[in-house]
Amino acid sequence: MADLRLTIDGRQVVVAQGATILEAALDAGIYIPHLCHHPDLKPVGICRLCMVEVAGRGMTLACLAPAEDGMVVKTESQQIDKVRRVALELLLVNHPGDCLTCAKNNRCQLQRIAAYVGVSPQRFARLRRTEKTLPPDDSNPFFLFDPNQCVLCGICIRTCDEIVGANAIDFAFRGFQTMVSTLSGRWVESSCVSCGECVVRCPVAALVPKRYQQPQHEVQTVCPYCGVGCTIYVGIRGGRIVAVGGDRQSPVNQGRLCVKGRFGHDFVHHPDRLTTPLVRRDGQLVPVAWDEALELVARQFDQYRGDAFAAMSSARCTNEENYLMQKLVRAVLGTNNIDHCARLCHSPSVAGLARTLGSGAMTNTIQDIAQSRCIFAIGTNTTAAHPVLALKVVEAVRRGAKLIVANPKHIDLDRHATLRLQHQPGSDVALLMGMARVIAEERLYDAEFIARRTVDFDAFRASLERFPLEFVEQATGVPRQHIVEAARMFANHKPASILYAMGITQHTHGTDNVLAISNLALLTGNLGIPGGGINPLRGQGNVQGACDMGALPNVLPGYQRVDDPQIRSKFEAVWGCTLPPGPGLALTEMFDAMLRGQIKAVYLMGENPLLSEADAQHAERALRQLDFLVVQDIFLTETARLAHVVLPAASSAEKDGTFTNTERRVQRVRKAVDPPGEAKPDWWIICQIAQRLGASGFSFSHPQEIMSEIASLTPIYGGMAYQRLEPQGLQWPCPSMDHPGTPILHTQRFATPDGKARFVPLDYKPPAELPDDEYPLLLTTDRSLYQYHTGTMTRRVEGLEVLDGQERLCINPHDAAAMQLADGQQVIVRSRRGRVMVRVKVTSSCQPGVVSLTFHFAETPTNVLTHAALDPVAKIPETKVCAVRIEPLDGPPQPGLHQQITDTTSCAGR
Amino acid sequence: MTVYIAAIPARRRERCLLRASGEGIARRFRSAALSGLPTMPYQNVLLANVGKPNSHTLAAYLASGGYSTLRKVLKEKSPQEVVEIVRASNLRGRGGAGFPTGLKWSFLPDKHPGPIYFCVNADESEPGTFVNRVQMEHDPHQVLEGTIISCYATGASRAYIYIRYEYPLCWKRMQAAIDEARAAGYLGRNILGSGFSLEVYLHRGAGAYICGEETGLIESIEGRRAWPRIKPPFPAVEGLFRKPTVVNNVETVACVKHILERGVAWFKSIGTPADPNDPRDPGSYGPKLFGISGHVNRPGCYEAPLGISCRELIERFAGGVWKGRKLKAVVPGGLSTGVITAEEIDTPMDFSGPLRVGCLGLGTGCLIVLDETYSMVDFLYNSCRFFAHESCGQCTPCREGTHWALQMLRRIKAGRGRIKDLDLLLEIGDTIGILPGTTICGLADGAAWPIKTAIRKFRQEFEDYIKHTNVAGWMETQPVPALEQSAVAH
Repeated sequence: MADLRLTIDGRQVVVAQGATILEAALDAGIYIPHLCHHPDLKPVGICRLCMVEVAGRGMTLACLAPAEDGMVVKTESQQIDKVRRVALELLLVNHPGDCLTCAKNNRCQLQRIAAYVGVSPQRFARLRRTEKTLPPDDSNPFFLFDPNQCVLCGICIRTCDEIVGANAIDFAFRGFQTMVSTLSGRWVESSCVSCGECVVRCPVAALVPKRYQQPQHEVQTVCPYCGVGCTIYVGIRGGRIVAVGGDRQSPVNQGRLCVKGRFGHDFVHHPDRLTTPLVRRDGQLVPVAWDEALELVARQFDQYRGDAFAAMSSARCTNEENYLMQKLVRAVLGTNNIDHCARLCHSPSVAGLARTLGSGAMTNTIQDIAQSRCIFAIGTNTTAAHPVLALKVVEAVRRGAKLIVANPKHIDLDRHATLRLQHQPGSDVALLMGMARVIAEERLYDAEFIARRTVDFDAFRASLERFPLEFVEQATGVPRQHIVEAARMFANHKPASILYAMGITQHTHGTDNVLAISNLALLTGNLGIPGGGINPLRGQGNVQGACDMGALPNVLPGYQRVDDPQIRSKFEAVWGCTLPPGPGLALTEMFDAMLRGQIKAVYLMGENPLLSEADAQHAERALRQLDFLVVQDIFLTETARLAHVVLPAASSAEKDGTFTNTERRVQRVRKAVDPPGEAKPDWWIICQIAQRLGASGFSFSHPQEIMSEIASLTPIYGGMAYQRLEPQGLQWPCPSMDHPGTPILHTQRFATPDGKARFVPLDYKPPAELPDDEYPLLLTTDRSLYQYHTGTMTRRVEGLEVLDGQERLCINPHDAAAMQLADGQQVIVRSRRGRVMVRVKVTSSCQPGVVSLTFHFAETPTNVLTHAALDPVAKIPETKVCAVRIEPLDGPPQPGLHQQITDTTSCAGR
Repeated sequence: MTVYIAAIPARRRERCLLRASGEGIARRFRSAALSGLPTMPYQNVLLANVGKPNSHTLAAYLASGGYSTLRKVLKEKSPQEVVEIVRASNLRGRGGAGFPTGLKWSFLPDKHPGPIYFCVNADESEPGTFVNRVQMEHDPHQVLEGTIISCYATGASRAYIYIRYEYPLCWKRMQAAIDEARAAGYLGRNILGSGFSLEVYLHRGAGAYICGEETGLIESIEGRRAWPRIKPPFPAVEGLFRKPTVVNNVETVACVKHILERGVAWFKSIGTPADPNDPRDPGSYGPKLFGISGHVNRPGCYEAPLGISCRELIERFAGGVWKGRKLKAVVPGGLSTGVITAEEIDTPMDFSGPLRVGCLGLGTGCLIVLDETYSMVDFLYNSCRFFAHESCGQCTPCREGTHWALQMLRRIKAGRGRIKDLDLLLEIGDTIGILPGTTICGLADGAAWPIKTAIRKFRQEFEDYIKHTNVAGWMETQPVPALEQSAVAH
């Protein structure tokens, strides 16, 4: 559509169709005073300050009136000035005048308007009243709400409603008593998710972050938390992080952040940070110099070359570091025993989708989700685990998209759902195949797509016979009509997008679950189109990148198979070595190998298997049995306490590099502050070890050089170079330096050899361990919005601890009543493998017979309970389902109950 | 909630608290309407059944020929014809703004797939106004019949009658009337075999004046805060549940029934004809209910042709000012219309009459009469108190302005006023409201009009009061610097 030309204050202004007069003026740099307008939100026109005069129409509100071609607008006249002045003076009458001591001084919109309009002191003095003496609400640990400062523009309320969808706040009371309030009156008791989106948009000092300091300068980098990979601006002052804000230009998050991303960076400066290498002497970890530690590590590693060695890489380290790690392991130490925590999260996605589509990653972009007409979110608690991505889901729903949420628990996303399916944990294949059957029977599938782009449809169709709806209903516990409704909704609204996460993958049949999802998307032709796709939501910040970089036992960087001699010889030529031909051990297999004595030395970077591994006691026994364990981390984690050498690493805020987020976008991580003490970037440490082992090809002075090597060897990263990643990053596959990146996969052909996707016939398999008489309850695991992974970072952020600092066993009220458990009571949860002590939270979010725990808390190491039964293909343990029983515990908590798991080795280095 | 609109005259024993809902006054209409008034050439139409025994029941209504109009209309007229008749009658909305009803109906989109909603505004909260209450309590079927005909005309399949919380008897009787009508086949599916179906629901307010604003009413029915919506889109395009909606006053729908019963010629024979010099004046036709309260001998609800003079209403209908006192001021049509002085009481009570004497308009046609002992400072204080209490809090000028005006009046009453405060009050009065464009709805105008008219017309009294109570304050007579002088620097 043609742009509009209008005249504002005698200046020609050109704007796009649909813009308002205010937007046109602000675009052109013409200031019109306004309070309630925000570019992200729908206009409401309640502050009544943005009055303008339109020729032939008189006074109108600039924020509401659409710009029209040929319009002549005046922003100043006596009449405008009069009404605006009165409105402003009336606002100022009840606004505290303590500007110099105000947290928003100099950044306050009201101050700016007052300065612009010019308030006469004489009139002002007569009108002045400071009657509002309402108590400020400081219950939220991250921000302060002062209703006395509030100008009731409603931006916070609209943000919470339109953008976040939390609906924690609204106007309360009326007239002069009107105020912004949560339902209970205290923010911390509301449905507020503490994302701070309202705080950044507040035009005055009504909502201000606590402990705010103006930064000296800002550094653009990537959030260290989940796989969404929000771009953030880190504000630095005196070498410390004082403020964090979102990047409004970022295609990933458009400036939006969650509570962890905005407020959870205190861990960087936490006194617990490791500042010096530690070496175990006489059972104690004592600080030593870098040289000594590195010499010791190199000497020891030298003795364990080959398959006696294993390394665990890290999804929290950069691509470059993961690349170097696998290079060290393969080229120098001569083994493929390298893996990382993707084994515990999305290995079935990588395996399953690689089989059907040829590529195991999110097929579409995060922005794309908002374009979907139907979103099927299965096995993902998106608002807790990927909060900023969940905003896109909310946005799509606001645009009229259907949302189907399938989750054994009642989750926050349900509030936005069109249809909610609460299926039994582990019954995903039945549910998905049941839906496929309905679609096939009612001929709602995309026959043209199936014929043109897929193979094996007939075999798949035949396998649907094994899933009659009576059986599906019985296996999943979902009423048949809901399954039918979900299937029709999904098939009839195209493009439809599938989101999934750990609820799908962490099963003994995790790969089957992924295949079932793939089948469903292929059946409806929802691949290779905007707004469609199969979207596995990756957990940790760089877990996608760690996989891409080949920190996996079976593939080299870029998913190039180690058992392909041609590939090997390509790498051997560049690396100057001979590569081991067979795949190494998966993370979950390594622990058995350790217990068998096959693996004797382990190099562990940025992982905490003592809390994250299923059947954690088994993992602990294995690690204790090692001859030599090196842990490289930013904190002395539970695992690090078992190590022989602990190496202090730099956090992501302290080094350069790249992260690849869940939508395959490679983004720059930039150094914002110096590492504490003698802590060093991981890439530097790996290079030092490699060089001390006599290897060449590890003399890098900057991660940029490592990326060049990655690009030369990895076709999908072929076009990646630091200068090309400015400012928004690139999405792989990006094979050459002139390639613009690939936002949507599989648009023309699939990445399989014949270019066609595969249907896979499936069978239903129940979970490995189901409740029985002895262990009558089913334990599933989930995540908290306020904690991250094993809590090494988030548990060192004071405010997050205030919001959620304790493990709770969620249990249905019926079960609680049957066991006579009260909310907050302490119980012992016991499985065949171990026991933990925890407080009970009685909530209807769990279905009867199902209880849930997170795994964030070292005091309550949930994974001592979980079952290490593995998926045969992906080798992922079934952390989502195991059988437990609950034993009430009377009396005070007993220390030492958790067996050896939290046993702390004394440490002189702290 | 009770709102005192006029209080504390000079002598304590004569203190008279009038309730906004007209409680106590409505009950008197009967004696006023039926007892010994001089015979009038005008025959009551809207109040014809009022005062008859059990007038609120279906049996009584049918006995007086009720629902025959509906039967006739459903049989003989198409919806378009009904709209045409109402449009030809120049019926103007009785709720206050006087917008032509037929025109409002014609804004509904053509051939809309539906649903279309019809809302009857029975949130009669304007201080001094109680005529809808009389209609709903004593002749609910008349209101219902008008509603059904209006819905038939507009194609609405659902109607909501929004009754203010403070009208429990209206609620009870309207509900009983709906139940009776439904049982008798005047409501529900396929009414009287015509194929037209309608459900009528009562929606009870919770005590907020703003719910009488049409979009506030819509928001309230939807279950939200009654914050008036920004217009456009107007309700006829996007109203209740985002569907086309008509909102009409109780008295308006009752008039619709009588227009269909007696014809356009009859309706246009009553009232003030259109001003031939003003092409935009649709005239003020038809009967009107006038509620008269305050310092009169016979307060009550009276029916008279539009255009009757204010003086006639007070002197002939309400029996003149009480206790032999002189008249001081009259609020012509609900508090938000402002005041007229004793000199101006020959003003005709039609849609344009009060405008000519500086008031907002006819408003609801409910007069509040103030006698000579009454302090205008008290009047304005009570007025400001009401509007500050009822401001919804959405638009800055209204939220802050009404409260500020109240504070200022409080100061003046407490003996701390200054002459120039009156100018500040006038400035606030001139700058808040929908007419200068600073608010979304008309509540702030309603608040501003009493301020503007009372201070302009009774300035001497206000000044005397300030001089009398604040010896130091009245010396500060230097006017506030004019805006022209502190001119725009930019």
